[in-house]
Amino acid sequence: MVVPAVVLLLIFNYVPMVGVITAFQYYDPLIGIWDSDWAGLDQFQQLFADSRFWDALANTLYLSFVQLILFFPIPIALAMLLNSVLSERVRNFVQSVVYLPHFFSWVLVITIFQQMLGGAGALNQFLRSHNLGTWDVMTNPDTFALLVTFQGVWKEAGWGIIVFLAALAAINPGLYEAAAADGAGPFRRMWHITLPGLRGVIVLMLVLRLGGALSVGFEQFLIQREAVGHDAAEVLDTYAFYYGIATTNYSFGAAAGLFKSVISLLLIWGANKLAHSFGEDGLYRK
Amino acid sequence: MTQRPSWQEPPAPAGQSAKGLTLGGVLLMVLVPLWIVVLTSLSTKGAINRAGGLVIWPDGLTFEAYEEMLTDSTVRTALLVSFGITIVGTAISMVVSILCAYGLSRSNSFGHRFILVLLIITMFVSGGLIPTFLVVTGLGGYGQWWALILPGAVSVFNILILRSFYSSTAAELIDAARIDGGSEWRILWSIVLPTSRAVTAVISLFYAVGYWNSFFNVMLYMPTESEKWPLQYVLLTYVNRGVGMPGSVNSGFGMEHAQTAPLSLQMAVVVLTLVPLVIVYPFVQKHFRTGVLTGAIKG
Repeated sequence: MVVPAVVLLLIFNYVPMVGVITAFQYYDPLIGIWDSDWAGLDQFQQLFADSRFWDALANTLYLSFVQLILFFPIPIALAMLLNSVLSERVRNFVQSVVYLPHFFSWVLVITIFQQMLGGAGALNQFLRSHNLGTWDVMTNPDTFALLVTFQGVWKEAGWGIIVFLAALAAINPGLYEAAAADGAGPFRRMWHITLPGLRGVIVLMLVLRLGGALSVGFEQFLIQREAVGHDAAEVLDTYAFYYGIATTNYSFGAAAGLFKSVISLLLIWGANKLAHSFGEDGLYRK
Repeated sequence: MTQRPSWQEPPAPAGQSAKGLTLGGVLLMVLVPLWIVVLTSLSTKGAINRAGGLVIWPDGLTFEAYEEMLTDSTVRTALLVSFGITIVGTAISMVVSILCAYGLSRSNSFGHRFILVLLIITMFVSGGLIPTFLVVTGLGGYGQWWALILPGAVSVFNILILRSFYSSTAAELIDAARIDGGSEWRILWSIVLPTSRAVTAVISLFYAVGYWNSFFNVMLYMPTESEKWPLQYVLLTYVNRGVGMPGSVNSGFGMEHAQTAPLSLQMAVVVLTLVPLVIVYPFVQKHFRTGVLTGAIKG
């Protein structure tokens, strides 16, 4: 029964892992992987000598950092807020609305943003009609990091609350009652009961987030790269795509991809170690 | 309305209104853009001109844009392609995933630990974009429908969610069925599947949304064959980038009108990509929590 799934994974996940050796070759699709010439570390030397690569890496880390700082607390705050709403009808309604954008494609999300904030969008339409000038957020490289973070929040923050809501629901209400009886006000209860109750999930989410630090959202950037210019919108994934596939320089792109995978794996491993040292489970139990 | 626990202080009016304003603001942030898009797609050209672009308040509503859109061959084909990929893809993914998850949930099955590890490894290690691209094109996938479906047909995450559900299906029930001589297929079909309808619905939605939303595979494997483009790709090239569509035979939507196509028409394409989702969503929405959580906890 497991055969079809295993076969598909072997072909499309494991064979590409072997295919990583193209990063050490001068791969030529006409000759194939077995007969292409070996390049040793040439591709990597080229990669590390390319200033665009370092720019892309710097962009990736910067965007990742901005997204972490500005995105991460929002689902937690939103979940706590929603959890404090007593009416179940209101809670369910808000939940079903905020989950929705998670299911929109990036193409759709960016089109909607374009219509709202773009040069001809609703915001500028309003500004123009009140003689306030125009402000095209969608093509401004300087504010691009904030823009993509906001897009991410709009699309995923609502979905992100699910796991925090569950953690909140799992906190024993007796603890609150006891604390209240001991005279702890709402803020002390939040500090001493709610937040410690969320700690495990928060750490787990941070570990996952750090592991994905080099994947800041491929499709989101691919779509907007042209409008904003690649100085601001080039990230490692788009770099590998443009200088690997679009230019058919496959080995070079594979080297860029391999670099990213290895660093990501190290990041996950390191973040997990860190979680363990704080006494949390992280991705797996020690 | 749930009762407030006796120990909890009654809320201060200031805090209460801040809470209401925040939640209201969050709702508006999601709903207002959708409202504007839908309304603009339903507006006459006159109304759009009066509003100076996007329409915020109903004024002269019409279905013209939708009629025009659905007579356009590019959009009609794209719609069919999108539905085709979504339906066929979801069916394949579900069959493969259900079989795999059920096989792995029976802890006495041969080598199930090894296979589980094999699956989980793929969640953390991958060959990356280019080696995957080379494998698919190497198998002749360039320009082929299967290239849009098979490479991503298995989601290990979804299999793990299904598996943990199947593992928790009452073991006694399954043992009883086995004693009665039911084969594994029979048990899966008449016991496990009917008792796990909710999670099946959620996982199907996850897969279906993935196929419906995919555009990158199209960009990789059929970037030039516009007659095979799904809706998302039409949305991207035509609405988002405002590019003329190569290969479009219909003059209404084709090269000459591409730059100046009415806003209502563009917004109608946006709405079209939304509609199937919004139809299915309410039926599945209440089950999300179970699906997502099992994945997060036991995955």
